[in-house]
Amino acid sequence: MASELEITRRGVLAGGAATAAMATTNPARAQMTNQTTPPPTVPVTLDVNGTSHTLNLDTRTSLLDALREHIKLTGTKKGCDQGQCGACTVLVDGKRINSCLTLAVMQQGKRIQTVEGLGTPDSLHPMQAAFVKHDGYQCGYCTPGQICSAVAVIAEIRAGIPSHVTPDLTAKPQLADAEIRERMSGNICRCGAYSNIVEAITEVAGAKA
Amino acid sequence: MKPFTYERADSPAAAAAAAARNPGSRFIAGGTNLLDLMKLQIETPPHLVDVTGLKLDRIDKTDDGGLRIGALVRNTDLAADDRVRRDYGVLSRALLAGASGQLRNMATTAGNLLQRTRCPYFYDTNMPCNKRTPGSGCSAIGGYSRQLAVVGSSGSCIATHPSDMAVAMRALDAMVETVRSDGSTRTIPIADFHRLPGETPHIDTNLAPAELITAVTLPKPLGGKHIYKKVRDRASYAFALISVAAVIGKDGKGRVTIGGVAHKPWRVDAADAQLPQGAKATAQALFADAKPTKDNAYKIPLVERTLGVVLAQAGAKS
Ligand SMILES: Cc1cc2nc3c(=O)[nH]c(=O)nc-3n(C[C@H](O)[C@H](O)[C@H](O)COP(=O)(O)OP(=O)(O)OC[C@H]3O[C@@H](n4cnc5c(N)ncnc54)[C@H](O)[C@@H]3O)c2cc1C
Ligand code: SF4
Repeated sequence: MASELEITRRGVLAGGAATAAMATTNPARAQMTNQTTPPPTVPVTLDVNGTSHTLNLDTRTSLLDALREHIKLTGTKKGCDQGQCGACTVLVDGKRINSCLTLAVMQQGKRIQTVEGLGTPDSLHPMQAAFVKHDGYQCGYCTPGQICSAVAVIAEIRAGIPSHVTPDLTAKPQLADAEIRERMSGNICRCGAYSNIVEAITEVAGAKA
Repeated sequence: MKPFTYERADSPAAAAAAAARNPGSRFIAGGTNLLDLMKLQIETPPHLVDVTGLKLDRIDKTDDGGLRIGALVRNTDLAADDRVRRDYGVLSRALLAGASGQLRNMATTAGNLLQRTRCPYFYDTNMPCNKRTPGSGCSAIGGYSRQLAVVGSSGSCIATHPSDMAVAMRALDAMVETVRSDGSTRTIPIADFHRLPGETPHIDTNLAPAELITAVTLPKPLGGKHIYKKVRDRASYAFALISVAAVIGKDGKGRVTIGGVAHKPWRVDAADAQLPQGAKATAQALFADAKPTKDNAYKIPLVERTLGVVLAQAGAKS
């Protein structure tokens, strides 16, 4: 009985092609090591912070990995790699996205902006300066994503894009606390610096209004 | 992730033909569900057809006064469209209740309809799951089922469909327009688009392999109060435990669709007919054939109470 179950499970897991040893390992990983042909690659040109980069990438490369591992811009962080934490947020054609859930090859010809493109240590972007002033972080890991997201949030409110907490869909959304909190919910901060982050964003939004 | 080859399609029919030429291939749009599943090797397409260049990103008026929403319109843009905000508020509200700002900027109309279940066992490749591996069994039956279906489920699968947008689309009687690899087109009413699990839970929808969604159309505006109420474990950025999409007229008549309770957005004609009688009668009609588990039986009274709130908000008998 037990051995019958064992055989069925092995067959299901590894599509019938695995050896007994593989039944106890991750079948996907086992198959990777069996691979004989190299994985397909594509030429990709990415415009990042105004600089063009021509790369030859494995088709599987996410925009996040292209930025960090190939272009060596490590400001953008890898947190969950599943779109849940927001640490990898960058701006593409001015809109914020999770760079972990898009392929680099799909971003060819788009204008990509990372935290390194917002400001420099000598000349901070107002949002970067506000995060410093208001202590909008503790460990700092989520901060580049928070800052990119925050810059986009102000632009989204100004463009009149509604949110879940906008009371009247037919009216322009306001630059209110509740709006900022709801719109920033895709950026998780394990240190819990949320209230300081909202203060930083509110200051920048007010200063430019 | 398994290696794959990649191509960009330059017309809808060419995209469908490319998918047909490459068995097991997938279209990729926003990528927010597909790439997540590919990283976990729950999806292992050998070939991707990128459809983001197909120019299906417009929202146009239809001849009968409705709207045609291109398959590639991003969730943010659909929710922010002035016509949608004014005439189809339930759709705007449902979209804005889903995911995060970043994800909505990527997610597309077609991809949202086709996102796969969030059943925890579907995501855990160490566990049997009939949806992921047909015939392997269902770990959720007798397992952890708090988030899962209470109605329309089968002995093979009790998963729910996770989309908020689809619930509003069902309440609005949207139509899904497609093109197949031979160039032929068809229109599928949203009611017939998603399937119940039955014995084949691995098949989520009635789309044929390689069939491309080109647009979703909405009928002319219905009027009435448009409400989408989502109940979840945290106030933002969480999938629904249950949700209610409703369009209610001044006389208390209307239509209601429930999310988070079944393998597809759950709408029952007899329940729509009960709306003027209030939440209790409506919920009874919605869940006449319900088979909840011990862990998710709470969803039935939760829907009834949420319906009460929605009807009160619409100024109707709650
Ligand atoms: C952290 C997180 C939280 C989320 N929270 C929510 C939530 O609260 N509510 C909610 O509703 N959703 C939520 N989502 C899901 C999100 O809405 C979906 O991932 C998104 O809508 C999918 O759209 P896409 O364009 O990215 O699809 P893709 O990932 O590109 O594609 C999904 C599927 O659709 C197919 N496809 C795409 N376009 C077409 C087409 N034109 N024709 C035929 N097939 C096509 C693809 O082949 C694939 O199988 C969440 C996602 C994440 C990662
Ligand atoms: S409920 Fe469906 S998706 Fe979940 S484990 Fe069972 S078969 Fe898989």
